[in-house]
Amino acid sequence: MLVTVIDYASGNLASAARGLALAAERQNITVNIQITSDPEVVIKADRIVLPGQGAFADCAAGLARFDGLQEAMMARVEAGAPFLGICVGMQLMATRGLEHQITPGFGWIAGDIAPLPAPGLRLPHMGWNELAFTPGAHHLLDKLQPGDHAYFVHSFALSGGDETDLLATTDYGGRVSAMVARGNRAGTQFHAEKSQDVGIQILGNFLTWNP
Amino acid sequence: MLKLRVIPCLDVKDGRVVKGVNFVSLRDAGDPVEQAAVYDAAGADELTFLDITASSDNRDTILDVVARTAEKIFLPLTVGGGIRSVGDMRRLLLAGADKCSINSAAIARPELVAEAAQKFGSQCVVVAIDARQSAPGKWQVFSHGGRQNTGLDVVAWAQQLAAFGAGEILLTSMDRDGTGKGFDLDLLRAVCGAIRLPVVASGGVGTLEHFVEGAKAGASGLLAASVFHFGTFKIDDVKTALSDAHLPIRRARRISA
Repeated sequence: MLVTVIDYASGNLASAARGLALAAERQNITVNIQITSDPEVVIKADRIVLPGQGAFADCAAGLARFDGLQEAMMARVEAGAPFLGICVGMQLMATRGLEHQITPGFGWIAGDIAPLPAPGLRLPHMGWNELAFTPGAHHLLDKLQPGDHAYFVHSFALSGGDETDLLATTDYGGRVSAMVARGNRAGTQFHAEKSQDVGIQILGNFLTWNP
Repeated sequence: MLKLRVIPCLDVKDGRVVKGVNFVSLRDAGDPVEQAAVYDAAGADELTFLDITASSDNRDTILDVVARTAEKIFLPLTVGGGIRSVGDMRRLLLAGADKCSINSAAIARPELVAEAAQKFGSQCVVVAIDARQSAPGKWQVFSHGGRQNTGLDVVAWAQQLAAFGAGEILLTSMDRDGTGKGFDLDLLRAVCGAIRLPVVASGGVGTLEHFVEGAKAGASGLLAASVFHFGTFKIDDVKTALSDAHLPIRRARRISA
């Protein structure tokens, strides 16, 4: 199984790849994980992971800078390959990003990436926060328990999305989207690759997910 | 609810731990990676490496340490010490660091903070402030390991860093560092009250109560080196003390394959 981690010079790609490797080992499956910006490789991917750090607009522009990369990714996901966006990689799935300027996202899930209100709280929302979800609601949540912790770092979040796309939320001065999924496309606002066993479990669930 | 972060710090010199924990179970107690694994298993919420390598010839030793740590530890990792440029940060981030902590270089050229935030995102830009009290309710910023007084006011500097796009402040009281007398709570309150960024408190913890005081003064993260190095407390002791004081903490859950 070829798992590509999309390299568009954003995010901690090595950590995402290492997390996936450990997740595969724990799931007892053999995977070929490649960090790549080559559309020829991406178009053959069985699963695609899109990390991302920094501002929405910078990440969107960064992805567009690689000839044919986004197109290959889109085509592969359209054809049914499971997709996981992490942090800004998840945010890019939304309709629009409002950080710095209005930037179109992939439009895979409804809603805007808007500033976290977090009234009276510190920003960025940085650190370990609890996940709230309905157990058994989705394969990506297998072996997780409500109240498990994930590591968040962000100042913007999905706003005005479709409730049915929300897999898990967290609380930071109000409800904040933590995990989304629609069809074969999923995303985590938190850094699954930095969330110890909980994160590795989610990556493993992604590797065994057959949407 | 967001949890307080308990952050052990390892001083690393020429790729080896200085003041390491004396765990008999470790094959190589001087190996930062083995030490990091101990803290990971003990429930640390993040890890920090402070590189105190003096010779520029050996600067790359930290890259190897970071890469080997990131290979097996899935916790956020901050690296500080000797970072001079966006290029230095890029190398550390590519090796597997999640955040870079800059200090003297930000004082020498504050634009570096804005450049780094622009390039990598605010979330990886930590600015360390070494503070020393100059008058009641006043603190000044020191550079070069606390040896040089920059004349900058700590609160004004913290506000400037927030405006430049720093993602977090690591605030060390040079007056308290190594004394075991507890964090400088007035300093912590002054900085936490002046900016919205998360502040990690450092310097001075000697008792469990000191962690509780630091959290109550507004710190989002509580960093300590010696008390963990020398085994005075376990990370779990700190979390129990915080929890007993009704402060939010995380207990790591292990999930078996």
